[in-house]
Amino acid sequence: MANLGPAYYAPYPVATYDGLLTPPEGKALLLTDIVDEEVAMREVARVMLTSENATIFPGPQVLYAWSDEAKKKATLIKEMSEVLNAKMIPMYDYRPKYPKIDPEVEINPNHPNLTIWHNNIKAAIFIGVHCHYANVALKIVRAETDCYTVGMCALSGHEDAMATIRDQHSEDLARFIEIAKEVKQELGK
Amino acid sequence: MSVDIYKINPEFRDIMPKDIIDLEDNATWGVEKRGISDLTDKKELLEEHSLCAGCPESAALRYILTALPKPEDTIIVNSTGCTSLMFPHIALHTVHSLFGNQNAVASGIKRALEWRFPDKVKDVVVLAGDGATIDIGLDYTLQSFFRQEKITTICFDNEVYANTGGQESGSTPKGQVFKMAPKGKVFDKVRMWELAVTSGCQYSVKLTASAPKSVAKVVREAIFIARELGPTYIHLYTPCILEIGLSASEGLWEMKEQDKDRFVSFKYVSDEAAAYLKELKKIRSSIMSRDTSMAKDSIKIRMPALGGQGAVTAAHIAATAADTEGYYAVSNPFFGAEKRMAPSESYTRLATVPIFDRGGSYIS
Repeated sequence: MANLGPAYYAPYPVATYDGLLTPPEGKALLLTDIVDEEVAMREVARVMLTSENATIFPGPQVLYAWSDEAKKKATLIKEMSEVLNAKMIPMYDYRPKYPKIDPEVEINPNHPNLTIWHNNIKAAIFIGVHCHYANVALKIVRAETDCYTVGMCALSGHEDAMATIRDQHSEDLARFIEIAKEVKQELGK
Repeated sequence: MSVDIYKINPEFRDIMPKDIIDLEDNATWGVEKRGISDLTDKKELLEEHSLCAGCPESAALRYILTALPKPEDTIIVNSTGCTSLMFPHIALHTVHSLFGNQNAVASGIKRALEWRFPDKVKDVVVLAGDGATIDIGLDYTLQSFFRQEKITTICFDNEVYANTGGQESGSTPKGQVFKMAPKGKVFDKVRMWELAVTSGCQYSVKLTASAPKSVAKVVREAIFIARELGPTYIHLYTPCILEIGLSASEGLWEMKEQDKDRFVSFKYVSDEAAAYLKELKKIRSSIMSRDTSMAKDSIKIRMPALGGQGAVTAAHIAATAADTEGYYAVSNPFFGAEKRMAPSESYTRLATVPIFDRGGSYIS
């Protein structure tokens, strides 16, 4: 089940095996349920604002200024981190690091659990990570940690995340920020 | 766009590690004048790798990387083997193909790039070992030559299947015994550089990686010719020091020995390619070679060492002493890609005039 981990290692793709697929267009996946996008956005904002050491992991698609959309998203993600009181740790490079990564300053898709453990992160948003590495990272995080993961995906989402919101472009991120501001006010944070 | 993928969005500069910021600030992407002297301080040129200490292949790859005319528009296609262990460590587009398929894959990539970017120059370079190029992948290698694909093929010839424990390859010299070839090789070394010529390569060179500038020059020439005329081939001796029983410091000397023996220089340039190079040299002389000539009022000191901290300190002391006496001085070290006990060099430049050169000094 795409519930909170640790799910431990399994010889099969856990979420898919349990019948979970990525959400249809216009919808989002919240744990095992398909919900409206706005419902998921509110819940993601709530979890991020109430969890210990909430962190955003921006990936190469937003870290580097390779397109106008990437530049816009960078500005929005920075704003998002301020609204959610979240730290940012970059996933700037997918190559495995030897002898090991510095979990204080980076996250690597080959052993993302090290960063989660080291910083005691209880909720995290993955954004701008290429699909295949997001899949790998989310599976490992769920297998090894109890971190609530959110896949904010520009394509069709990730069933291994606890919450996945699909087709997220700059205008959607702006909408999420507005919702997060409302939730923040409601929570009195 | 191709260079922009290394530019960090300003919103994230404060969270990016210094290594990545250095890569943006200090890399040679988009810089026309690149060369061997960039080895000392440019982040993108294979800072670390997982090969054996002293492996000549790691040095050879670094020389090749410095020689690429447009690294941001270059795609390296490689194959399984020791070479493939280095590619995860370099900041360059690389494609790992199935074993032996590298020239077929490179052909497809080159054609697709020509179709996709008709107004841009995109270089495709194949980099594979002798097993992939000459044995298992020979069919694909030669067929790409027959078809006159505009790609550069570089064979790292270590004369053995080193990564799998030491089996003989077609490139192994006759009589050579390896751990997994105890009876000795029974037939002669395949003369691939000659096969390349008869198969239609415009340019075929055999050399060792003992002289960095020679390797860099050959790579540049091969890439320029491949862009315009057709396939080019470089056969580069990078011995497996483990399989032939040498220590980490002996790879360079082995290559120097073979410069006079099995790898005595061979260079074929077709008439068309020779004319093209001549023309290119006229137009772009600044790109084809770096000016490393020595200023009249200066002294260059080169200190080879093993491990190297002693030489580094000595170079630093010499430069500091000269500086104290009112001269201009620059010192800098050159470490190989290996982690320890590897051949290294330190350079000191002393002059009565300002010094603008950096990096290694190879002409004394």
